[in-house]
Amino acid sequence: MTEPVTDTGGVVQSATKPCAAYLLGLADDAMVYAQRLAEWMTNAPQIEEDMALGNIALDLLGQARALYPYIGSIDGTGRGEDDFAMQRVERDWRNVHLVEQERGDFADEMTRLLWFSAYQVELHTALAGSADEVVAGVAGKALKEVRYHLDHASLWVVRLGDGTDESHRRMEAALERVSPYLDEVFDDDEASVVAAGLGVGVLPSSLRERVVEHVARVVEQATLPVPEPSTWRSRGGRAGIHSKPMGYLLAELQHIARSYPGATW
Amino acid sequence: MSGAATPPTEAGAPSPARTERSWPLWEVFVRGKRGLSHVHVGSLHAPDAELALRNARDLYTRRQEGVSIWVVKADDITASSPAEKDSFFDPAADKIYRHPTFYDVPEDVEYL
Amino acid sequence: MYGNDVIDPTQPLNAAETDAYDAASAHEDQRDTVGDDFDALIAADQRIEPRDAMPEKYRETLIRQIAQHAHSEIIGMQPEGNWITRAPSLRRKAILIAKVQDEAGHGLYLYSAAETLGVDRAELLDRLHDGRQKYSSIFNYPTLTWADCGAIGWLVDGAAIMNQVPLCRCSYGPYARAMIRVCKEESFHQRQGFEILWTLMRGTPEQQAMAQDAADRWWWPALAMFGPPDTGEAAKGGHTEQSMAWGIKRFSNDDLRQKFVDMMVPQAEKLGIVLPDPELRWNDERGHYDFGEVDWDEFWRVLRGDGACNAERIAHRRRAHEDGAWVREAANAYAAKQALKEQQKESAA
Repeated sequence: MTEPVTDTGGVVQSATKPCAAYLLGLADDAMVYAQRLAEWMTNAPQIEEDMALGNIALDLLGQARALYPYIGSIDGTGRGEDDFAMQRVERDWRNVHLVEQERGDFADEMTRLLWFSAYQVELHTALAGSADEVVAGVAGKALKEVRYHLDHASLWVVRLGDGTDESHRRMEAALERVSPYLDEVFDDDEASVVAAGLGVGVLPSSLRERVVEHVARVVEQATLPVPEPSTWRSRGGRAGIHSKPMGYLLAELQHIARSYPGATW
Repeated sequence: MSGAATPPTEAGAPSPARTERSWPLWEVFVRGKRGLSHVHVGSLHAPDAELALRNARDLYTRRQEGVSIWVVKADDITASSPAEKDSFFDPAADKIYRHPTFYDVPEDVEYL
Repeated sequence: MYGNDVIDPTQPLNAAETDAYDAASAHEDQRDTVGDDFDALIAADQRIEPRDAMPEKYRETLIRQIAQHAHSEIIGMQPEGNWITRAPSLRRKAILIAKVQDEAGHGLYLYSAAETLGVDRAELLDRLHDGRQKYSSIFNYPTLTWADCGAIGWLVDGAAIMNQVPLCRCSYGPYARAMIRVCKEESFHQRQGFEILWTLMRGTPEQQAMAQDAADRWWWPALAMFGPPDTGEAAKGGHTEQSMAWGIKRFSNDDLRQKFVDMMVPQAEKLGIVLPDPELRWNDERGHYDFGEVDWDEFWRVLRGDGACNAERIAHRRRAHEDGAWVREAANAYAAKQALKEQQKESAA
């Protein structure tokens, strides 16, 4: 069994509560990506896209909000959604680096959304059969939403890939730029292994093949090349080691709440 | 960023040539869960039918489930003339909007 | 009216929650008996539809008004959009995203309504971007604190709804129908704004000060939203007269402003917010609140370009539009390629 690990909040993630750590990874992925997607509002290429990206951000925010209180109830801290979102330091966040990266252009975002939503579709398909009722429920609802996200991203990747020379070029660059962040999504970290063993979670590596296949089909339809394997890959997100943008993201996310300790909003 | 306000262009200044072709207009029809038929709810712009359908779902149904959506290019709709004695229109090929698009847009007045 | 700690959900907080809305949105279609003549339809309080004959000036006035209304919704996304990433709780973040999204939707409904009059949305956006068409000047003010999001919902949406409810009876069908839908949604937004302030005023001293400060800055601009005085002497030669005759405008700016003050003052009292007008007092004789004079010089100065955010709002909007040009072009190119493929398939068949 794994050694008990303490986070800086003094929470002991003992061997009997590994699912909390696993679920926190899922919730933080959704929360951080929702925060990034919300930045597109008033900045999207067409007003219809402001609406669509707003919808997707709301869905992901909803997924995070559904998970956080449950995690608080099983990790023994009783923390609520705002405790998780507003009061944790960077080291206690378990999202992958992919979702914390700053926004690029629209091609970058549709590429990130394509990969992330394809992953989420496989993830939630598997989690809909989780041994944990709450997790299965959240996954069932999320699955409908993330299928829509995948659909949206796919439509755009095809149009941008098979659009103009400029959009094609930008899509090629986007596929290159996102590629170092993908391995991490499918790493089997400690918490996933235990959660999967308990039938609560699913091994990330088990999702990889179907996700890669699906993305490859879309990329092909978009007349785009598969990028060369990247020379480096991101790592550490699930252990709380993040990349440069994460600190700034948290500063913006948490600043007001932290400036008025104890206040209700 | 400069704090100085940019003065608005003089009224009557020629509009810069637009090189971008705008997305076509689509009319949207929705049949609700308990509805009997599709009802016209409005219009939107989209480059193609697939995106038109997606946008219609976001805009006119706020992604409710169980609703049926039709999108039709405005150009593909032929309408009847509002009055028989109206000599303006050829009944064989009427469009749903009376006025042609790209008509001159009226200038702004300071406070409406 | 309200309990100590609970906002009464059944009490009307804005004009869309009163009988005025129901009356305005109820429409009895008598076109069969009245016929298609423009003047007859107007006289019978019936709706003009896109295919009807109409005076050119009627059409122009509507395009301008509807377009500016649409532009206001789009530009109005920015002051609150500014606070989405910094919302102090996840619930507030979700509500704010939904609100800003609704505003995008309202802009789209309104552009659609304008387009039925024979103008292209892209042309209208060009005119917004180069300053030939305007948006509501209320959005030229900055959102300095979180409490500003509350003040905007409570006061700005409240004023907007007060203006919009009568428009649900506007003579032009597509505009009236868009207004009915918009009012319903904005009613919710206004309630959310009030709720933000309600929570702040029951919070820490710093939160209370934040709420009071926001109200101090937004009250007068909200009153100015109804437009310059247009009754009595001021009515001569203005737009109000003609717009009223055509059923585009139903009440004068001054009437709507008075209705708004009458509705908001009791709400401010419930909130515990002191409105920044020493002349505000109930007048028994008139049956209305007396209130001070809006600084119309400041209003015109801001409208004409010298507000805190005019340059920023347009620059932001233009940048989003220009940065997105390659995306829109790509979508067009793809559609054209697909259409060509379809054609080739058909001719090969």
